Amino acid sequence: MATVTFEAASSSAKLQGSSLWRDAWFRLRKNVLAIVGLCTFCFITAACLIGPFFTGYSYERTELSLKASPPLDKIIERTERRRNAGPKITHLALSSLENEFLNRPAPERKSIIREIGNRRIYIEGQNSFQVSHDRHWFGTDPLGRDLLTRVLIGGRISLTVGFAATLVSTIIGVFWGSVAGFVGGKVDSLMMRFADILYALPFTVIVILLMMLFGRNFLLLFVAIGAVEWLNMSRIVRGEIISLKQREFIEAAISLGLSNRRILVRHLIPNVMSSIIIFTTLTVPNVIMLESVLSFLGLGVQPPLSSWGVLIDEGARTMDTSIWLLAFPALAFSLTLFSLNFLGDGLRDALDPKASRD
Amino acid sequence: MSILDVENLSVSFPVRSPFLRRTVDFIEAVRDVTFSVQKGKTLGIVGESGSGKSTLGKAILNLVPISGGLVRFEKKIISQLPEREFRPFRRKIQMVFQDPFGSLNPRWSVWQIINEPLQLHFPQLRVAERRLRVIKLLEIVGLNSDMMRRFPHEFSGGQRQRVGIARALAVEPELIVCDEPVSALDVSVQAQIVNLLQDLQDALGLTYLFIGHDLAVVEHISHETVVMHQGRIVEAGEFIYQNPQEEYTRKLLASVPAVS
Repeated sequence: MATVTFEAASSSAKLQGSSLWRDAWFRLRKNVLAIVGLCTFCFITAACLIGPFFTGYSYERTELSLKASPPLDKIIERTERRRNAGPKITHLALSSLENEFLNRPAPERKSIIREIGNRRIYIEGQNSFQVSHDRHWFGTDPLGRDLLTRVLIGGRISLTVGFAATLVSTIIGVFWGSVAGFVGGKVDSLMMRFADILYALPFTVIVILLMMLFGRNFLLLFVAIGAVEWLNMSRIVRGEIISLKQREFIEAAISLGLSNRRILVRHLIPNVMSSIIIFTTLTVPNVIMLESVLSFLGLGVQPPLSSWGVLIDEGARTMDTSIWLLAFPALAFSLTLFSLNFLGDGLRDALDPKASRD
Repeated sequence: MSILDVENLSVSFPVRSPFLRRTVDFIEAVRDVTFSVQKGKTLGIVGESGSGKSTLGKAILNLVPISGGLVRFEKKIISQLPEREFRPFRRKIQMVFQDPFGSLNPRWSVWQIINEPLQLHFPQLRVAERRLRVIKLLEIVGLNSDMMRRFPHEFSGGQRQRVGIARALAVEPELIVCDEPVSALDVSVQAQIVNLLQDLQDALGLTYLFIGHDLAVVEHISHETVVMHQGRIVEAGEFIYQNPQEEYTRKLLASVPAVS
């Protein structure tokens, strides 16, 4: 009999690590969409982190003659020979080359441009034209800056702000809401009235106040956005905690003699996790857009630095002439959001033990 | 020898006005209730729903505040103690709940559910020792030890109630308040759980306060029975089923549907 018990014990020895998180990872791995989301998101993050070193362009160097050149347009190098100085090289987009030869009749102009496009060197007076080896994968912005580099650099800002601010707001919101909901009574009323007051203040006013208090600072952006976004989170968490608090397993936990803190941290908050995760995945895009509003007001990132929100905002203004300026930042932004949403859905299902194990 | 003495216990809940939440009235859920439970015996409490029997059980466990009277456990007054001072008694008095699903944390495996009280009340035990205890407890309540990994939703109602009983037994209590432990289960399973409770009483010398509305079940398990109505004790004794003295008890007995 004793040996039987012993065997049972050793067969369940691996049980110790069988926590909610390990099971969750096991279930998440089986969710194809969530894994695709995770990989896409990791790819975008990695690209934003190391990509700017490899694009060959700087995000801030302007090339005014290039203007807004479309994606993968051929870049023409114009070399101007000068008497007293060395040759002057400027870059032009093949699509806007017509403006250089406006004095020629249209058919001739067309053939010259075709010639140049076919990698012939064309000389006209002081100037020689030649296809350069440079390519801008995403085209350039109206100041001739490489859009790919700017999207990647902007991604760094947007993702950092998005995650830092979401983290700040989630931590404050979960803490505030769960304490208010769990303690209840006067404490709850006081805490939630305080949240209501903050809620009533216009967002920009809070940010401007914070800026006045602490000076303009990139870190402040996280604090300012986090300080506003936690309000919704705290309400959601509070509501869920109040309804969970009445469940019998909480009474059971009390009658087992668990401390309040332990009940809150080990019983209540894990059961609110799915709402927290869903709301977090909704908060990230909100925060990224808020950052662009702040930047637009001159309170966020300053040019030449950029963020997705700012790029989209600029792109939307020139969308009738150069759609790529809107399309690429928007694509990067929405791809990130999609992958986060799939990942969030997958995490929610994975954290719910009721979801089937296979 | 009595293990639990309840003297003139009253519990009332404030009724608050919708505006300003001022207390305008009180609902007296338990009024002036007095009884005692003998060590190793079962005291049954019956009554229709709303008679205050569940509130009474929760008041004994300090889960709801009481408004008057005393509760003594092993001659020590335990009512109206602050939670910190009540905590030593949490090990001695446990509860089995009515809803076998709601009383188990849905995100926790059985191992986590039963391990938690062990961790809390026997901190000197190592993981391996706790694991052996969990296996033992599962065996005692008639569950298989490899069910440890499973989550509450993977069990039937009766099995869940067994997990609830194992959790209550984990701290080695002397008194268990059973708050309608079988009323959410179907009849065949009810009998199994009641028999399990009786076997455990014989083996471990437990004392039960068995709350129920099903007279047949309460009669079967109890040594003595208390009948409650509108928060008061109507009648108490060993032979209320055979020889009811009060009108309400007779009505309650007559309301049991009989198969003739």
